[in-house]
Amino acid sequence: MRISRRILAGLATASLAVTATSCGGGGTSGSFDDTVTVGILHSLSGTMAISESTLVDTEKMAIEEINAAGGVTVGGKSYKIEYIVEDGASDWPTFAEKSKKLIDQDGVPVVFGGWTSASRKAMLPVYESKDAFLYYPIQYEAQECSNNIFYTGATPNQQSEPATDFMYKRSPAAGGDFFLVGSDYVFPRTSNTITKAQVKQLGGKVVGEDYLPLGNTEVAPIISKIKKALPEGGIIINTLNGDQNVAFFKQIQDAGITPSSGYYVMNYSIAEEEISTIGPEFLEGHYGAWNYMMSIDTPASKKFAASFKKRWGSDRVVADPQESAYNMVYLWKQAVEDAGTFDDNAVREALVGQKFDAPQGPVEVMPNHHLSQTVRIGEINAEGGFTILEETGVVLPQAWNQKHPSSKGFACDWTDPSKGEKYKL
Amino acid sequence: MELLLDSLFNGVAIGSVLLVAALGLAIVFGLMGVINLAHGELMMLGAYTTYVTQLIFKLPVLKPFYNSYIIVSIFLAFIVSGVVGILLEKTIIRKLYGSPLETLLATWGVSLILQQFVRSVPLAYGTGLVISLLIGLFLPTTFPSKIKESINFKYFKFSSWIFAALTGVLTGSVISSSVSKLSRASARNVDVTAPSWMRGQVEIIGTAFPKTRLMIIVITLISVIAITLFLNQSAWGMRIRAVTQNRQMSDCLGISTEKVDIITFGIGSGLAGVAGVAVSLLGSVGPNVGGNYIVGCFMVVVLGGVGNLLGTVLASFGIGIMTDLIGAGRLLSIWPDMPLPLSNTINFFATTSMARVMIFALIVIFLQFKPTGLFPQKGRMVEN
Repeated sequence: MRISRRILAGLATASLAVTATSCGGGGTSGSFDDTVTVGILHSLSGTMAISESTLVDTEKMAIEEINAAGGVTVGGKSYKIEYIVEDGASDWPTFAEKSKKLIDQDGVPVVFGGWTSASRKAMLPVYESKDAFLYYPIQYEAQECSNNIFYTGATPNQQSEPATDFMYKRSPAAGGDFFLVGSDYVFPRTSNTITKAQVKQLGGKVVGEDYLPLGNTEVAPIISKIKKALPEGGIIINTLNGDQNVAFFKQIQDAGITPSSGYYVMNYSIAEEEISTIGPEFLEGHYGAWNYMMSIDTPASKKFAASFKKRWGSDRVVADPQESAYNMVYLWKQAVEDAGTFDDNAVREALVGQKFDAPQGPVEVMPNHHLSQTVRIGEINAEGGFTILEETGVVLPQAWNQKHPSSKGFACDWTDPSKGEKYKL
Repeated sequence: MELLLDSLFNGVAIGSVLLVAALGLAIVFGLMGVINLAHGELMMLGAYTTYVTQLIFKLPVLKPFYNSYIIVSIFLAFIVSGVVGILLEKTIIRKLYGSPLETLLATWGVSLILQQFVRSVPLAYGTGLVISLLIGLFLPTTFPSKIKESINFKYFKFSSWIFAALTGVLTGSVISSSVSKLSRASARNVDVTAPSWMRGQVEIIGTAFPKTRLMIIVITLISVIAITLFLNQSAWGMRIRAVTQNRQMSDCLGISTEKVDIITFGIGSGLAGVAGVAVSLLGSVGPNVGGNYIVGCFMVVVLGGVGNLLGTVLASFGIGIMTDLIGAGRLLSIWPDMPLPLSNTINFFATTSMARVMIFALIVIFLQFKPTGLFPQKGRMVEN
């Protein structure tokens, strides 16, 4: 008994020590008039921790950069940004609960958070009922437009639509048939509904689609379907999630479904981070579509990548979700300074029309709380990066997709009280 | 013909993954009646062992033998998961025989601990820890009993654990300093790349088969044959079967049931490790890899009939073939001009997620009629 009590005491001290070290706030010191505390809410444990922790790193970096440059200036006073990091634990109700805690208990003016659509859908009612403001950084299926969320990731017309167009018109498999593969949840299903409508408009043919339940890595039946539907090669649109991509690419390569035999896969969820996990030898010659790619050759992009590596280690990479997370912190800062207050409603008004020279190029906040962004199509190369093949001009976001049958002809505009969340064009 | 061959191969391929994963559980749950929810995590340890072996074989000293690392890792994975399994049996499960609910909760706890362990401990030190366990558990038993008797056995055991701990720390730091990828803890999923001779396809009777799938089928076959021979031909196998059938009587006849329990559990866990190697060839290796298979494993064992290896084999191939038949919509190509309502139904179920629903439904219906599975056998159910 004595021993176990001693062990317990030891454990308690150890855990205290851990909390003490992990609670250190913001970045560099300097002379500030006051501080403002913001909330960061991502999964730091569980399945999504791998992806979401990179966003926490990026957001911390952006905050440190802003502090080093003098913080946020509101009404002539300079504020140092401090942050509270909460763990959503890959569990969607936890995201809602932690949001309540950040808003009510900590009184933060803004929360940067979320990754999966499920977590966003769980948080949405909290922010709407408390009239608080969430900044959400992930490319997603759209079909949503909340006054209380600001979306800095791509909508389908800023990612999948230009990608489908490229595959059908200008890829080596141009004019070929389409096969759609995805994980079984809301993003792939919505994205594929849009792709099917678009392929039909283009005059192409979707010869099959299949969805893998989350967590399942048995792709043998899908492979035999692809071989049956596309015997001579063709275009595969892949919206599989995380680990399932590893299983998919390992097994299709073994089954002879490769670029050299005429099969080209366009991916919407594979960025630099995922390429290094899956291994470029399985992905070389396939494609990806993003707003930001690490190989963009501009000073802003290089600076972003270099400061991330300097802050978190030379083997780290930056990818599209991180860039969106970086942008949203800066856009919030600009909006607050323009509004002259941290008050949500004033900031929300000031946010629309904000421009930022992002690592991907200039972005601007649109009245529908999404960003206008540049779309890039890249071919995955042997070094684990993208060789950028095409770059569109700035594409305006559609919160309500114009190809999806349920939202065709609708739009969103929060600057005009008569229009709001969903109005007919 | 080609269609039939293709379908059969796919079914066998899917089934063999299920079988190799369920084989260990068939022994632990089937023969011992222990509901081990940490079975998936023992698989995960096997998969991580493959990853560590792969990286160690990339060192200059072992580079010439790189192509054979996968064979080596099968044995290593068996040992690693077996040792962890034995430790689990000695420390937790032994105290809970006869209380299935507590065993279930305790092993579930263990599975969470193991998942977090690989997330937060650098793999190099994890390897060191396993080596310490291996030495600490087996060193005392390797010395002849004469030496053991001449000195106080307690001290002997104690000093061998110290030796084990030192060796573990030493190997841990050696690996950590020579393989940088293993020196930091990471929750990121990692990737096992099959050696070049195992990638691509082979052609058999005009149909191309992926080599990794064939390899998994071979691993499964060897495991099944080895375990059948062991249970039916060896002395320990006979003792295991005796204890399974009647524990008290075997105990009376001088069989050390304690030893039998350890060996049975160790073998079952070791087989989970081998399954981990197979699984790592198909997908990525991460803390959750085992959890994805555990439901399938229990499904196979329950369907096959608890306590019967033949049932497990048939159940997994049955599920494999059904998955392919329904999931890939094979019936449509066998009988192309079937009536419209029927073909619509088949099309509806011809996606991976719906096929799963269908299979679960079929199993539930089947168990309504045969609640004890395909081959019911009277085994030692958890005794009081």
